[in-house]
Formats: sequence, C-alpha cells, structure tokens
Amino acid sequence: MEKEPASKVELAPGVGGGGEIPTFDITLKVRRYNPEVSDDAHWDEWKLTMYGTDRVLDALHKVKWEHDGSVSFRRSCAHGVCGSDAMRINGRNRLACKTLLKDLDTSKPILVEPIKGLPVEKDLIVDMEPFFQSYREIMPFLISKGHEPAKERLQSAEERDRYDDTTKCILCAACTSSCPVFWTDGQYFGPAAIVNAHRFIFDSRDDAGDMRLEILNDKEGVWRCRTTFNCSEACPRGIQVTKAISEVKQAILTRKI
Amino acid sequence: MATPTIESPRSGRVAPGYSRTPGSRGNFEMTAWLFMRLSGAILLVLILVHLYVNLVAGDGITGIDFGFVAGKWADPVWQIWDLTLLWLSMLHGTNGIRVIINDYAEKNSTRMWLKGVLYTATVVILVLGTLVIFTFDPCPVIDGVAHVADYCPAP
Repeated sequence: MEKEPASKVELAPGVGGGGEIPTFDITLKVRRYNPEVSDDAHWDEWKLTMYGTDRVLDALHKVKWEHDGSVSFRRSCAHGVCGSDAMRINGRNRLACKTLLKDLDTSKPILVEPIKGLPVEKDLIVDMEPFFQSYREIMPFLISKGHEPAKERLQSAEERDRYDDTTKCILCAACTSSCPVFWTDGQYFGPAAIVNAHRFIFDSRDDAGDMRLEILNDKEGVWRCRTTFNCSEACPRGIQVTKAISEVKQAILTRKI
Repeated sequence: MATPTIESPRSGRVAPGYSRTPGSRGNFEMTAWLFMRLSGAILLVLILVHLYVNLVAGDGITGIDFGFVAGKWADPVWQIWDLTLLWLSMLHGTNGIRVIINDYAEKNSTRMWLKGVLYTATVVILVLGTLVIFTFDPCPVIDGVAHVADYCPAP
C-alpha cells in the first residue's frame, strides 16, 4: 500500500478536492533543545511548501515525518480539544492545531518555541508538573456537604450561566505560561488554576468555595495578578481569564469585609 | 552493566523553584491590594487640589515662596491635608515599588537588599516630612538674628 501523505491535501488532483488549494512556501524555525546533546538551545530552520488549509501543526508534522524525526512536540487530538500542543508561535501562545499558516506572516520565518516559564524537557516539550500541581491544589472537583441527593443536583439556567465561561478550560497552559508574573515567579498559582477554581467557587452546587478562596488568598494567589491581560489574549478557548481572576478577587474581598 | 533507573513519568515531583513556601497565607496581600485602590482614589483628589492651589490659584506659580508655604502651614487644614498627602503617597509608592521588586528580583538576596533600601528611604522621608509639617517655623531666629519676613511679628 502506498504511504499515506502527511497532509490530506497532497492527494492526487481530482481526489478529495486535492490540488485546488493554493500553496505557498514558508520558513519554519523551531527552537531545539536536547539536554543529552547540549545544554544550549538553538534554532533549526526548514523551508516547506504548505497549503492554504494547513496549520502550524501540519508544518511540524511535515518536518517530523519527512525531514527530521527527532523534532519533539506534544499533540494528541490535533483539533483544539485536548490542549496538548500549546506553544509560542511568533512570540504568542497559541495551539499549533488552531493556528492557520495563512493567518501568519509567511514572508518572514515562522518562529515556534516551547511555552515560557516551565522547565523545557526537549524541543517543544515542557514539564507540566508545576502547572498541574497548582491545578490540584485548588481542588478541581465538586465538594458538597450534607446528604447525597437521591436525584441529580438541580441548577437553574442562570446559576449555570454564572460560571459557564470558565468551564471551557482545556488545561493547555497557554495562559499561565503567557503570564509575566509566572515567568519570574514559578510559585504563583497562575491564571489556569484560578480559572478552574472560579468554575467551582461560583457553582451553586458546590460547598467548598470558602476553602478555595482561602487557598487563593495566598501570597502567591490572586493578588499576584497584575491584570496585564496576556492570559485572556492567549486563551485558545476565548475564556475571559482576567475577568475571572477579578471576580475571584472580588469574592475574597466581600468574604473578608 | 547497571541499568539506569528511569523515574516514572508521573511521579509528581515538582522542579525546585515551583513549590510554594508554606505559611504564606494571611490577609497582607489583600490589604495591600485594597489599600492601593483606595489610596489611589483619595490621592487623585488630594494631588489635583494641591497642584491647583499651589500652581494655578492666586498668583499662580510666581506666588510660591517661603512665605507661601509658611502661610499654608499656619492653617491646620493644610497641615492635615499635606500630612495625608505625604503618608498616602509614600505608602502607595512604596507598596508599588515593593510589588515591582517582588515581580522582577530573581534572587532572594537581591529582593531582600532592594526592599531594605526601599523601606529605609520610606521611613526617613516619612519621619522628616511629618517633622517638617508640624515643627515648621516661619520666622526662625538663628544665632540671635531673626530672619524675618514681612509677615513675621517684629521681635
């Protein structure tokens, strides 16, 4: 059987609409790091011919499958749902699978780096453990007091709407690793942990809001936020992250005063 | 040949520098955050009136001299006004710089030194400023010679 092409648009003309899509040449520069070879990171560059429907992830696939198999990056679903492939593309945190090449400036090299602020393990792969540690600390699960109800826990549409925005988080770490406070202070809980705390603090069925607010009233909690809006700009799900953080600040204030 | 032990990928270890120092709870950061907002709003009024009275009203900028300051501080309203202005602006500014030091200093020792300099400067300026507002003598007598202005009572 013939090898499946890296991109479906490389099928022969007439098959599946192939050949009708415009192509263009791009230069892809990837920040490479392999601690087993060198302690220093460097840039590797490839010239690729890509299609108008291709995303940055397709370019990375092309490199990995056809040019250099040692290029390492995370990706799972490749369709913006799993949140594995957050990376710094042209200096902005984006999901590689949601960034179309045609939306970038293809006249200049496209720079792809690992997300900042977390320890790089290899190439575009970072150690996400500190990120998930903060996530675990805010207790991202329903805690309810009293007896377990015999039927489902009912909630009005308005009550559900209160925290709807923050349910969208896919834990890609694009927000936390775009935060300048997190870059210099890895102890900061970071936007993602606060967003996921917000999701339960404002859930009418949850009874542990006070505990979460107490956790985020930490020296490294919400008060570390400088409202630079980098997180809101970086979120691939369009969550109003800075707004959510402000709402948690408000909730702590009203609870204390 | 000894086989190297490879740690399981989800061993839960967190790289140093990321684990939070325990015991950092308390309401200090919240109070500081609230203070910045409240003092900011008050300072806006205090400073604009201060600028208007000193630089625009009356003779404007040409009217400012030793006598003008002396005249203002003879009035307890302006004493309280300037005292509030001094304390709020100094604390507001100090907290702002403290936050910037926290954000940008990477080493604990650098952070400690910068904050030490900051707090010392703040205390010195607050003490001197407060002292001047309350002990200001518009008609000083130095070495038995009265440095009188025309508004001073004749010796």
